[in-house]
Order: sequence, then C-alpha cells, then structure tokens
Amino acid sequence: MAGTGHAHLRDGDRVLSVKDLVVEFGVSRHATVKAVSGISFDVLRGETLGIVGESGCGKSTTGRAVMQIPRPNSGVVEFEGSDLTELGNAELREARTRVQMIFQDPISSLNPRRTVRDSVLEPLAIWGKGTKDERLKLVDEILESVGIDPKRAAESRPHQFSGGQCQRISIARALVLDPTLIICDEPVSALDVSVQAQVLNLLEDLKETYGLTLVFIAHDLAVVKNISDRVAVMYLGKLCEVASSDDLYAQPAHPYTNLLLDSIPEPDPNADHAASQVIGEPPSPVDPPSGCRFHPRCSYADDVCSAEEPQLRPVGTDHFVACHHPVEVQVSANPTN
Amino acid sequence: MTSRETGSVQISRAEATEPLLVVDNLSTHFPTERGVVRAVDGVSLSIKRGESLGIVGESGSGKTVLSRSIMGLLPAAAIRSGSVRFAGTEILDLPAKRMRHLWGAEMAMVFQNPLNSLNPLMKIGKQITEPLKLHLNMNRSHAKATAVRLLKDVHIPEAEQRLNQYPHELSGGMRQRVMIAIALACGPTVLFADEPTTALDVTVQSQILDVINEQRTDRNMSVILVTHDLGVVAGHTDHVAVMYGGKLVERAPTRTLFANMKMPYTKSLMRSIPKLDNPSHTRLATIPGRPPDLVNPPDGCRFAPRCAYAQDRCHDEEPPLAVADDPDHYYACWYPVGSPEFEARDAELRAAGDPRVDAGATI
Repeated sequence: MAGTGHAHLRDGDRVLSVKDLVVEFGVSRHATVKAVSGISFDVLRGETLGIVGESGCGKSTTGRAVMQIPRPNSGVVEFEGSDLTELGNAELREARTRVQMIFQDPISSLNPRRTVRDSVLEPLAIWGKGTKDERLKLVDEILESVGIDPKRAAESRPHQFSGGQCQRISIARALVLDPTLIICDEPVSALDVSVQAQVLNLLEDLKETYGLTLVFIAHDLAVVKNISDRVAVMYLGKLCEVASSDDLYAQPAHPYTNLLLDSIPEPDPNADHAASQVIGEPPSPVDPPSGCRFHPRCSYADDVCSAEEPQLRPVGTDHFVACHHPVEVQVSANPTN
Repeated sequence: MTSRETGSVQISRAEATEPLLVVDNLSTHFPTERGVVRAVDGVSLSIKRGESLGIVGESGSGKTVLSRSIMGLLPAAAIRSGSVRFAGTEILDLPAKRMRHLWGAEMAMVFQNPLNSLNPLMKIGKQITEPLKLHLNMNRSHAKATAVRLLKDVHIPEAEQRLNQYPHELSGGMRQRVMIAIALACGPTVLFADEPTTALDVTVQSQILDVINEQRTDRNMSVILVTHDLGVVAGHTDHVAVMYGGKLVERAPTRTLFANMKMPYTKSLMRSIPKLDNPSHTRLATIPGRPPDLVNPPDGCRFAPRCAYAQDRCHDEEPPLAVADDPDHYYACWYPVGSPEFEARDAELRAAGDPRVDAGATI
C-alpha cells in the first residue's frame, strides 16, 4: 500500500514500532474518513516521541490505534516484541497494563463519584497486585510523587481538585501499574500556562524516576519541542516530517512544518508578524487530495505533487521529510534574531 | 430609524473629549451559596477609537466577566457597581431595553466557540441579515447584498453560496469568520473578541486574528481581545491589561509591557511559556499553587501567596496601581521587577535554583 515510507525507522532498543498503520471510519454507506493512512514510526526505550499536527490530522487516532481502541484496519503495532493487532482480547488486556494513556480533559477522565485514591487504586485491585496494604502504600507513594496529598486524595472527589491537579491524578493512575510506555494525548492543552509548565516538568521528572517511554501528542509546537526527543509532524493522516526535536525546529524542511512554525503567535511584539501565508484550511479526510495531501495549500506545489505521493527520505542526520520540494533554504531567512 | 437616532448615544459629540470607552472602578459580584464571588473587583481602563486592547489572564482571573460586564451581558443575579461610559454616556445603569440599541449596533461580541454561538437551524444568510434589518432597517435585497459584502470582507470564498448554507456545513475557521461578519454587520465601534481563536488550529488562528485587525483598521473600530495567550496579544494589540484574581494588576502599551514587565505575575506568566528558541527539555519556570478563591480572596496582594518575591507587606497591604516610567504603564506591586528588593530576591532564587525562576535563558 502507498505508505509514507520506512526510511526513518531505526534499529536499536525499540519499545514501540508501528508500521503502515491504517485507520478508517465509515461515516455513511458511501463515505469513509481516512483518519490515518499508512504511517510508520518507532520509539526507542527512554525516548519521548512528539506527534504534532492540527485537529483532524489523525494524531489522536494514531495514539488510540496503538492502544487498539479501536483496532486499526491494517498495519503492525509491535510493542515490546509482540504485535498488538494479533493479540486476543485477554492477551491484549494484559499488554495494556504496560501501555497506559493520559487524556486531554482530566476532570472527565476521572470517575466523579469515587474518591481519587480509589480511582488510582482500581487498576491494582483489578490485577490483584500485592496485598491490600501494599496496594495502598504504593498508591500513596505515587500520589506523593505527582504532588497530590494522599490524605486529601482519600477523602476528596475529582470536582474538589483543579484541572492541573486532576491531570496529576490521571498521571498517577497511569503510573500505578508500572507501565513501559505512556501515550499522552494533549495532556496539557486544557490547562493554563502556569499549570501547563508544572505538568510538563512533572512528566520529565517521572520519566526519569520510573524509566518511562513517552508518546506525546499535541497541537502546540512549543510544548512538543520542550518535551520531545524526536518529533513527527502529521498532516491529514500522513507523516510529513520526522526529526530530532531541536533539528526539526532549527531546520524545518517540509513546507507544512514551516507554515506551522510561522503561525505560532510569539510572545514578542517585535517579532515579525508577516500576514499568514497559509492557504485555506485542511481539507476533509473523507476525500483527501491526491498525491501529496498538503499540495492544495502549499505554495511550492507543482504537477508532481498532485500526481505522486512523496515518500519519507533523509535530508540530514536523523531528519526525514516526505516532500518533493523540501525548503531547506528558508532556514537561514528565519527572522528569530 | 437607526439606533444612532433612537439611542441616547451621540458618538460624534463625545468623541473629542474623552476615549470611546471609559471603565471606572467596575466591580461585578455574584451572590452564591458559598458567599459573594468578587469576579471583577474595581477595574478601571479606557480605550480610544481604533485602538486594540488585550485583556490577558488565566482561567478564573475575571477577564471574560469583565468584558461581559462592560457590555452588560450578565445573568440577572450579577451585581455591578462603578461606571462604564460609552461615547460619553453612562451605560452601566441603562435598562436592557435601551442596551438593545447598543448591542450589535455599537458594541458587538465574537465568542470562543462559533458552533455554540451560531443558530444551527438557521441559514448563515438569515443570521447575518437579521441584525441588518433590525438595527439598520434595511430591506431584504439591500441586507442580502450587504451580507455578501461582509462575508467577502472576512475572506469567505464563494460568499453568495454560503448564505444558503447551515453552520454545520462550514469548518471551524469559516464559522468563526461568519461570527465576525455578524458582529461587524451593523458597523460597531467596539468589537469584543472573547478568546476568538482558542477553539481553532494555529494556522487558522493567525488568519482570523489578521481578519480582525484588518477590519479594525478599515473601520476605525476599537477591539477588546480577551485571551489567555500572551503570544496572541503581543502581535495583535496596542495595549495590554493583565488580570489576576478579579483585579487589573498591570496595564501598558503592548511594546512597553513586553520590554519592561513590572508585575512579578506578568513576568512569571511569561517565564512559564515554553519557547521555541529554547532547546528541548529546557526546564520551565512554574507558578506554584492556584489562583485565589474569589469568595475569600487573600489579604494584601492577591498574587502574594504564589509570588516568589512576596514580602510581609505584600500579605498585609494591597498595592495600589502605580505609574511606571512610561506614564501609560500602571502596575500593582510593592516590589516590582527592577526594584532593589526584587533584584536581590531574584539573585537569591537563581542561586538556589528555585523552580519559580527559569534557570535557562531569560526573556
């Protein structure tokens, strides 16, 4: 199938390796939403992979497809050596204890009727880990490590905590089964900047303490840059560019990455506020454009772009781009200084 | 008859003497079971015709309630006090019947979520022509032609066809453009935009902010942009007002503010934003704690309990708004950025590697 290539896949200690992932949803008898169309990526042990893109690009669907909610239409999701798409329901449940997920809205992802300590405790009780006392001790330890007072957690329900605190509690619940990989789906986008900074710092600390590997999905490029080692840029179900975090932002090669970076409002009134150069809005994933899916909005597009789908190819050390006309030249013209 | 004739507001006469909109000591309180929520507490500001003012703050700072208090769009239980003068006329105590002549015609608002603000059962065309017929007494064909022009003004392609579409047929960015077109329909002199781009993607966000700015210049209209995003105000406003705990804590021309922040809260907010210029894994400065409870706000400065630079005085005495070097720059702080007390404490915190100041690059 016409994927976006495998050139960016690596050898080494891979925790997660996704190949040619396809997720489609039927919306009516004649239409399917092509949410994810053959993307591949891998995450090495201890690494944070950032997945960034606009709404509707398939980034959340990708994260959920790794968890097999729902199971993808095709493709391989290899986690610690076993293909999750091949596993039966019982094996999958067991595997999911080692892949956890944190969601965007921290308040609605916790049960409003239970105390938050019970919510954090539940996974341990379900899996019968340790004795009751051991479980409580572990839960209190983990709540402490995410900055929540265990005593308060024992007697309070989610609505008694702020959004930032609820997100800490969700993180504690994800940590309690000692996972290898945590998929964070927009974990800070509902939070105020001051709280966002606290949660981002916390994730960095926990990654260190618990030896975690993270997939961090977000639309905010500055947030993704801050937390990630490697970043994948998605557009309409495809990967545009994959590179190390610092490299991607210093030398964005894909026109779409450039546009995304230029669109960020910088907290500096002296920054260049060139009128936005983006043409229109993302098209519908029901009927994605031919060739390069970005070509209708791209100012560099020509006939090749509408006819042929670009494959990911290297443009530098650990820097891959799926574009017929990558724009390396724009880098030096970047008006940051 | 238009609102300009029936309403008590006479724009041209008052304009020469004072700014278009003057808010003086405005407070908005909500009685609740827990006590009185002081959502806005003694805020004063003014805006000239054609100017844009950004109101920045975190959630719960009172920025949205402030903008709605100015417009008079509050639930009946809300208690307002102080003064709001629009084009020389006190509008705080005007009954809703009189305010109707101002809403839409003189003051318009663009809300955060366009899908919730548009009527899903009404075609776009009807939603734009409604205020034109009501306020400007246009006939059907005139209103329709104006609606097409308005949609073109906000860069909606195929404007004629759009009139017959329903909101669900448009994308989020297009819906927000329609909202702006509706808000602009009667040629308001003040446009309130309450987080107009928060629900939109970055590439669309910059387009929408550009449209608002373009229309501000074309129409010599004032814009009040309410947002949590310092990046958005930096590029799109002339003045910035920073809110915290229902109070206005700093106000300055945008360039002055970003070059010379006085209030430690503004500085801390700025430091906690992840910046693209910093390498990945740069430790972010944080503001510990959470915004104050507006039923029982702390004594003294409301930011003091979270402030790394607070001293005894800050917890006891509330700082008044003081004037900085730039006479248009006001701040409410006893020990502002740049004062000897602040700098001494800052050096101390940095030496100790305190998480509230960033270890890396400063701004």
